[in-house]
Amino acid sequence: MCLAVPVRIVRRVGDLAEVDAGGVRKEVSLLLVPEAAVGDYVLLHAGYAIQLVDEAGARETLELMRQLVEAEEPDAD
Amino acid sequence: MDDTQALGRRLAAAVSRHDRRMQLMEVCGTHTVAIFRAGIRTLLPPGVRLLSGPGCPVCVTAAGEVERAMHLARAPGVLLAVFGDMLRVPGRRESLAEARAEGAGVRVVYSPRDALELARRHPKLRVVFWGVGFETTAPGVAAAVLEARATGVDNFLVYCAHKLVPPALEALLATGEVRVDGFILPGHVSTVLGTTPYAFLAERHGVPAVVAGFEPTDLLLALELLLRLVERGEAKVENAYPRAVRREGNPAARAVMDRVFRPVDARWRGLGEIPGSGLALREEFAAHDAARQFALPEFPDAEPRGCRCGEVLRGAVLPPECPLFDRRCTPVSPVGPCMVSSEGSCAAYHRYGRRAG
Ligand code: SF4
Repeated sequence: MCLAVPVRIVRRVGDLAEVDAGGVRKEVSLLLVPEAAVGDYVLLHAGYAIQLVDEAGARETLELMRQLVEAEEPDAD
Repeated sequence: MDDTQALGRRLAAAVSRHDRRMQLMEVCGTHTVAIFRAGIRTLLPPGVRLLSGPGCPVCVTAAGEVERAMHLARAPGVLLAVFGDMLRVPGRRESLAEARAEGAGVRVVYSPRDALELARRHPKLRVVFWGVGFETTAPGVAAAVLEARATGVDNFLVYCAHKLVPPALEALLATGEVRVDGFILPGHVSTVLGTTPYAFLAERHGVPAVVAGFEPTDLLLALELLLRLVERGEAKVENAYPRAVRREGNPAARAVMDRVFRPVDARWRGLGEIPGSGLALREEFAAHDAARQFALPEFPDAEPRGCRCGEVLRGAVLPPECPLFDRRCTPVSPVGPCMVSSEGSCAAYHRYGRRAG
């Protein structure tokens, strides 16, 4: 039930957004993420966007992974 | 440059090399399922035991709360709107699905907004949304209450059974029943909460914790970070899901939640009453509060006979240790809620456990 999926905002009218959820269009409330704009990815949970998906965060994740495996296998690469 | 897949493989290898004995708990039921699905249990080193915690909202809903919801659904002129997973939770005598077959007013919704829409379309009915779920879900329900009030949908009510994760972790550690060397923290609860509310785990209990996402590589990253923290004896809270979790969480969502709800003591299946671990509607939203608008009787939290769901939720036993598991209790005819919910540990072990228990 704590499932949330990233969706892209296609259109915004007031606090409502039309999002693209893997090819399916859905109406989503942006009341909890008021700063979200068209083109942004948000996490959708039970009809509400609950957070912006952060691209810098995606890079950070990769960077963390890289650091960990490199610390683990100093001779690799 | 490595791609995510290649990094994932190397992380998997790293994870499987740890040789320290330890018990880790994945708090969130969605993680339990994602970990099974990604096959991560099969690559854990033999010394690492993974316990499921109290993070399945359907499962931790107290038996008495299930009966009160049933009572509401049977009240004349009421339509109880529920998340689909609640439908088949076994009650004292029957489930909501069975009550519905006998004429009780029950409707499955995907979102509290759908329940609000139902209330708009059925002005003669009182539509009661059964608010179940953690900090991920409660802000949306609060937003629906605000919208109901702003647009004058007076026949939209909430029966609030929401629960809060940090007080449950505190209660779990306070009992000392189960040793937890590290926590895998729920990604989407943390999207709202941020990481600060978990600081007590490290500071007061000396237990490290890592917030994890739900993709296989997210989980491997979190595990590897956590395994290292435990091995080094470093009590810290780290975030392995920065795509969705910021240190400060989502303050706008928390503000909406705080505007409508206040913390109250709540009863959990398996954990009993925990101070400040639940939510209730604030006085000014009394008109939308099913607990005030209906005379809701108290029901005992009686567990189904023989069901060890409570212990499963505390990490005290694993599902296959329940004598009913896969015998009398299966997803087709569940005895307890841990076998009903798609995120329940018993259901996850039933589905994936044979090859990876
Ligand atoms: S297997 Fe069934 S009876 Fe046993 S603990 Fe799980 S839900 Fe309860």
